[in-house]
Amino acid sequence: MALKIVKGSIDRMFDKNLQDLVRGIRNHKEDEAKYISTCIDEIKQELKQDNIAVKANAVCKLTYLQMLGYDVSWAAFNIVEVMSSSKFTYKRIGYLAASQCFHENTDVIMLTTNQIRKDLSSPNQYDTGVALTGLSCFVTPDLARDLANDIMTLMSHTKPYIRKKAVLIMYKVFLKYPESLRPAFPRLKEKLEDPDPGVQSAAVNVICELARRNPKNYLSLAPLFFKLMTSSTNNWVLIKIIKLFGALTPLEPRLGKKLIEPLTNLIHSTSAMSLLYECVNTVIAGQYSCSVGSVCLRISVVKYLGLLAMSKILKTHPKSVQSHKDLILQCLDDKDESIRLRALDLLYGMVSKKNLMEIVKKLMIHVDKAEGTTYRDELLTKIIDICSQSNYQYITNFEWYISILVELTRLEGTRHGHLIASQMLDVAIRVKAIRAFAVAQMATLLDNAHLLTGNMQRNGICEVLYAAAWICGEFSEHLENPVQTLEAMLRPKVATLPGHIQAVYVQNAAKLFATILKNQEGNTDSTAAQETSQLMIDRLPLFVQSANLEVQERASCILQLVKYIQKLQQKDVEVAEEVSALFAGELNPVAPKAQKKVPVPEGLDLDAWINEPPSESESEDEQPKAIFTKEEPKHSRPRHTEVDEKELARRREARKQEQANNPFYIKASPSSQKVYQETPGVEHIPVVQIDLSVPLKVPGLPMSDQYVKLEEERRQKERAEKKKKEKKKRKEKRSGRGKKHDSGPESEEDITPAHVVDIVTEEMPENALPSDDDDKDPNDPHKVCDIQGNLQDGSQVVVSVIFENKSDSFLKSMEFNVLDSLNSKLQRPEGSGPHDGLTVPFQLPPGVSNEARFVFTVQSIVMPQKLKGTLTFIVKDSSTHEKLDFKLHFTCTSYLITTPCYSDAFAKLLESGDLKSSSVRLEGVNMPFHHLLARICFHHHFSVVERIDSCASMYSRSIQGHHVCLLVKTSGQTVSIDAKCDEPTLLGNVLDEIKQTFSQC
Amino acid sequence: MSGTFVIRFILIQNRAGKTRLAKWYMQFDDDEKQKLIEEVHAVVTVRDAKHTNFVEFRNFKIIYRRYAGLYFCICVDVTDNNLAYLEGIHNFVEVLNEYFHNVCELDLVFNFYKVYTVVDEMFLAGEIRETSQTKVLKQLLMLQSLE
Repeated sequence: MALKIVKGSIDRMFDKNLQDLVRGIRNHKEDEAKYISTCIDEIKQELKQDNIAVKANAVCKLTYLQMLGYDVSWAAFNIVEVMSSSKFTYKRIGYLAASQCFHENTDVIMLTTNQIRKDLSSPNQYDTGVALTGLSCFVTPDLARDLANDIMTLMSHTKPYIRKKAVLIMYKVFLKYPESLRPAFPRLKEKLEDPDPGVQSAAVNVICELARRNPKNYLSLAPLFFKLMTSSTNNWVLIKIIKLFGALTPLEPRLGKKLIEPLTNLIHSTSAMSLLYECVNTVIAGQYSCSVGSVCLRISVVKYLGLLAMSKILKTHPKSVQSHKDLILQCLDDKDESIRLRALDLLYGMVSKKNLMEIVKKLMIHVDKAEGTTYRDELLTKIIDICSQSNYQYITNFEWYISILVELTRLEGTRHGHLIASQMLDVAIRVKAIRAFAVAQMATLLDNAHLLTGNMQRNGICEVLYAAAWICGEFSEHLENPVQTLEAMLRPKVATLPGHIQAVYVQNAAKLFATILKNQEGNTDSTAAQETSQLMIDRLPLFVQSANLEVQERASCILQLVKYIQKLQQKDVEVAEEVSALFAGELNPVAPKAQKKVPVPEGLDLDAWINEPPSESESEDEQPKAIFTKEEPKHSRPRHTEVDEKELARRREARKQEQANNPFYIKASPSSQKVYQETPGVEHIPVVQIDLSVPLKVPGLPMSDQYVKLEEERRQKERAEKKKKEKKKRKEKRSGRGKKHDSGPESEEDITPAHVVDIVTEEMPENALPSDDDDKDPNDPHKVCDIQGNLQDGSQVVVSVIFENKSDSFLKSMEFNVLDSLNSKLQRPEGSGPHDGLTVPFQLPPGVSNEARFVFTVQSIVMPQKLKGTLTFIVKDSSTHEKLDFKLHFTCTSYLITTPCYSDAFAKLLESGDLKSSSVRLEGVNMPFHHLLARICFHHHFSVVERIDSCASMYSRSIQGHHVCLLVKTSGQTVSIDAKCDEPTLLGNVLDEIKQTFSQC
Repeated sequence: MSGTFVIRFILIQNRAGKTRLAKWYMQFDDDEKQKLIEEVHAVVTVRDAKHTNFVEFRNFKIIYRRYAGLYFCICVDVTDNNLAYLEGIHNFVEVLNEYFHNVCELDLVFNFYKVYTVVDEMFLAGEIRETSQTKVLKQLLMLQSLE
């Protein structure tokens, strides 16, 4: 026996202790893995010994190795052995190892229950403490159930040290074993008033967490917390309490009012930034209108957080943020990209007519300086977003905007060529007054296309040429020197451009040609016209050879046309009139919904075959039942992949909104591919040189800066003129057109646009149907129309309501009010209470109907909802107040937006496996299949992705971005709909609604 | 307002990416833990001293602070209060400094189990447990005397 002990201690002299291990690892940097594997072998030997000290040492080393990432799960049992040592030093090592290595699936945990119970009830508070700490890391549902009572008892331990730990661990126990919450809660509540502040804070922490999961149950504790909030001086506790109130106030609005005072006090008194931040956050989230403005400044010390907070304030108190414009612009210089991006987000919301030019100018400077394409691209999109937001609301000078766009095309390696292009097109089409200027700019751009071509293939900037060519062609009557532009468009170099751009080139060359002919035929000299035809005939064959079908087709068509024209010209026939008739008529922008509003003429069946389909398709005619699995049918026709710009812009907007609401959104990783290729001598040609090579009379490539100056001067002049006019008016009493504005400090409304920018609004077809009415009780004097879910923000829904006066008396002072539910709220103007009604902005004579729009914010869209509301009004003659109750039915369908989806994208979506499926069967549907589809499309906002015989796939998207996919099959009178969606509840409800639609017919 | 306001994990790493402490308050399996450690290292070490102390990470955010060659990182929910944890880290480092008398990286390496004890005294089950430095230090000395 004695010998054994002696032998044991001699062995120990050769054991490595932790220090040796650490040093050893440091000395074996090259072959660390090998060294560690020998160490692990040694440790395995040590663990086999009886000596607990040796074992503890081994376990301690294992814990270290575990931290470095080595697997030590094989030693779990030895860890339990060390845990059960009676000596505190070893016990502690054991518990540490357990808390690091054990997890729910470690089977030896079952063996520890009694040991832990023993330790918990140990007279030595440190044994108890160490057991509690360990338990917090590896508690399992079984352990929680078995030990809940012991821990609960410890909550009333005499030592605060233990009480505090026990309280915190109770939270873990609740999570693993929820049944323990009810019996333990009264004691937990007592701990809020524990004499020891540490225990108090622990209890606050736990209750705060619990309340976060289920705030309703903790409302009753509000007074207690309120007391703590005003008495506690511990910032950590205060932060938690404020967080807790943040969760409670939505349930109890009265709390908000009570909180304003203590919160404001804290904001003004605390020196702890963290607490200040928490207060401000809560204030903003709760939209208490307290002195937020004063807070902005203090917050701005911590830039990033300040910016975050400001973006929240911006939504409610834009004025108070706008005054910090300079500060925010400064943040753009910050080294940290995340700060710059935040600042950019803020700028978006801050622009006004007055400061737009200034802000964009600053941004342009940053674009030049910016390193890294991602950030530069971000800047570019932001500039465009800022300028184009709310239908170009803030732009007063479109010449300036066009030149900004032109300047942006000079960015190297941007991916956003098509964005710039779409802006150019949009502005040129919609702002009539700008066309001459735009055309001049675009002509210059086309002329200098070679400057872009250097790195053209690799980046998207050549998309700009698409816009340039189209604008020059379409509005060619504004061109100063059309022949030169035509020449530029037919250069051999053009053949290196992407196919779709070449196609536009060819087509617009034809338009230009028509214009030129018209100009030249007026002259007596007919040779000029013939020369132009010759130019076309010389250059077009290049395009006829193009590999791109579209280019080829257009080119050969036009080539033949020109050849024919040439023949006529040689016979001295005047052709210009007829040629330009080819391109006569103006293109107007069309609203995206316009097509839907055109009623299908009676007798026209859009889905019927015009010709019988070729018979060979029958071979692959089998029911494509596999459409919802991976075997996507092969008939996906190649489609034109250009999603229309409006749609893109809208999606982008929606996404941006989503990101804006989520300040922690991690931006998509930038493509690592370097987009910009070094081609010496092309990319750094200074602007001035371009100017010299441009013989056009247009001001070359303009610098947008000059517009800022011009604009400034113009505004000044305007103001001066106004003053003059006013004076004149007074002196000569001549009633001019002078405006009666007070020419004091320049206000937003004072800034009139530079030239009459008549923004052409989107066209609707003349025979557009009014919004679809819903048949309501005919006795109702008023009809409440069905809801048109219009996408605004992530979850804002615009409801247009048609009021129809069916009575014989005049109605006025109508007030519309809805009882908000937790989920859906009517948006009321700032300052009005949550139960105030909204005034309907019109009166209704008998028999007249009119439409008003109301905005609702909706939290969750997965369930249909009925909101009760009342309409109050005064009947004019009797002047009595009358009331009409109605219900607004928010169906799930109304949250869906018709979104086109291409079959490949559709297939990908289904393959992704993120979607839950569900299905429904409709019996006795007696209508042709295409009617059925049309009905689903119309009533439920779906679009058909693909249709094969009696089977069709359909797609729609919710305003919160859920995908809804349908596969509709029919056989006889039975229709089966298989559906998939990422939100099963939403899907179920949509299917129910579809079912209902068909049960009514 | 979803998510819980508890710490997901605390990490101390040196610039080379060696872990000096890893305390997990959420269940991860071993491979996942190593992956997280590597990712955090990759995210944090590339940041300039002038950058903010907060960085978005997966669905969480990392609040970190660098002391000499060591990065102290706390991973929390994105909606949580950055500044509070930043102060928490500093408090923790001050306690370490007091406890080890001018702490250096080697102190943490050779006494790694003591560092865990300090963490356990200050944070528990993902919550900040004790913030008073004097109280924590008193407890730590008591515990040490028991050895």
